[in-house]
Amino acid sequence: MDDVRYEAPELPDAASSLLAEAGGSGKVFAGGTDVMVQIHAELIDPGVIVDIKNIPGTQGISESDGAYTFGAATAGMVLMDHEGFSSTWPGVIDGVALIGSIQVKGRASVGGNVCNASPAADSTPAMIAAGAICNITGPSGERTAPVEDIVTGPGKTSLADGEFIVSFSMPKRPPHSGDAYLRLTPRTEMDIAVVGAGVNLTLDDDGTCTAARVSLGAVAPTPLLVAEATDALIGTKVDDAALTKMGEACSAACNPISDKRGTKEYRIKTAAVIARRAAEIALERAREN
Amino acid sequence: MAKRSHITLSVNGDEYETLCEPDQSLVDVLRNELELTGTKEGCSTGDCGACSIRLDGDLVCSCLVLAVEAEGKEIETIEGMATSPEELHPLQSKFLEINGLQCGICTPGILIAAKALLEKNPDPTETEIRFWLAGNLCRCTGYDKIIRSVQAAAEEMRKG
Repeated sequence: MDDVRYEAPELPDAASSLLAEAGGSGKVFAGGTDVMVQIHAELIDPGVIVDIKNIPGTQGISESDGAYTFGAATAGMVLMDHEGFSSTWPGVIDGVALIGSIQVKGRASVGGNVCNASPAADSTPAMIAAGAICNITGPSGERTAPVEDIVTGPGKTSLADGEFIVSFSMPKRPPHSGDAYLRLTPRTEMDIAVVGAGVNLTLDDDGTCTAARVSLGAVAPTPLLVAEATDALIGTKVDDAALTKMGEACSAACNPISDKRGTKEYRIKTAAVIARRAAEIALERAREN
Repeated sequence: MAKRSHITLSVNGDEYETLCEPDQSLVDVLRNELELTGTKEGCSTGDCGACSIRLDGDLVCSCLVLAVEAEGKEIETIEGMATSPEELHPLQSKFLEINGLQCGICTPGILIAAKALLEKNPDPTETEIRFWLAGNLCRCTGYDKIIRSVQAAAEEMRKG
């Protein structure tokens, strides 16, 4: 641990340059709830810690014509306490609310949760289901990518050296839309998902599902966007038959490991149950607006 | 050794100047550089809540905050909770009265967390208190009296 530097640039280009120059030894720092633990456990030994919170756009929530954008470093509690955002994206809030304690959520961000790239991250499947887009900046300029394209494996992302997520753009919400995220854990609080499921759907005036996205966490090396589960819902009234088919598609998409929290078989079986329950909550919410 | 940074921290309204390592945690600087040892360090990984403080009003674990990034922010620790030794905060009084502590290592963090809860929600249910304090572990497992102390303090504070 020699010659570690702390930098908190105000310009995105400066942050990109610092990270690109450092190569693998640069570490993006937002809420610090993963990075500080990794430093303490000597899992990482960064040469430069680049705090992105002074960069415009990385913090706070804004809304334009019904579409929300929020900074990748915005603390979870800020999102939860924002009435407009939390009533528009209750499923994203379900995921955020499950990230650690109140203290951890006082700092932890969705950008950090996505980029820490844990297969069991709680906000990532909710953000994938929501269809959120990452606004990324880096040495070769700005680009966008859907959240499902970021995590490539446990602890690994598709971000190039020097790139980081500045903010997330949420799509505009049509009427009769609802989302939900549920996870299965042995305990009710302060635990890591055995299975997580995010479901986002939109109904027409007759209650027929016109759009849907289903995402699973903790059942594969990366969070999954399950196209077959989506197909099972679109065009239906999200009735029992559709939910059963969606659940089967979820189980079929699982590629889990067995660990102390649950066996492979248990995860595959419960993925269908948790996804179904999440879909039922999303449906109820969609009917309410 | 890394180059030490010169920082100015505002803790409970007082300004402190000190040197710290770029990757030194705030709890470490509070305790070992500023000698404000009321804040405890338990797990150092954000699980136990013993190091709970307020950072610009937000309830956070100070083991997960870098001291260098706390510059320019208002830090509140347990040392700032009582108006004077004779005039404790209602939470502190009730914890004493109801024996809301055994060994006491979790107590500063729990008091800080409970104060943040009561500012947000002056009349929390038992369930709300338990969920809010889920990030504060009591190694003596004396949770029942902790919850009752918070309830009693909330009641007293509501009377004004």
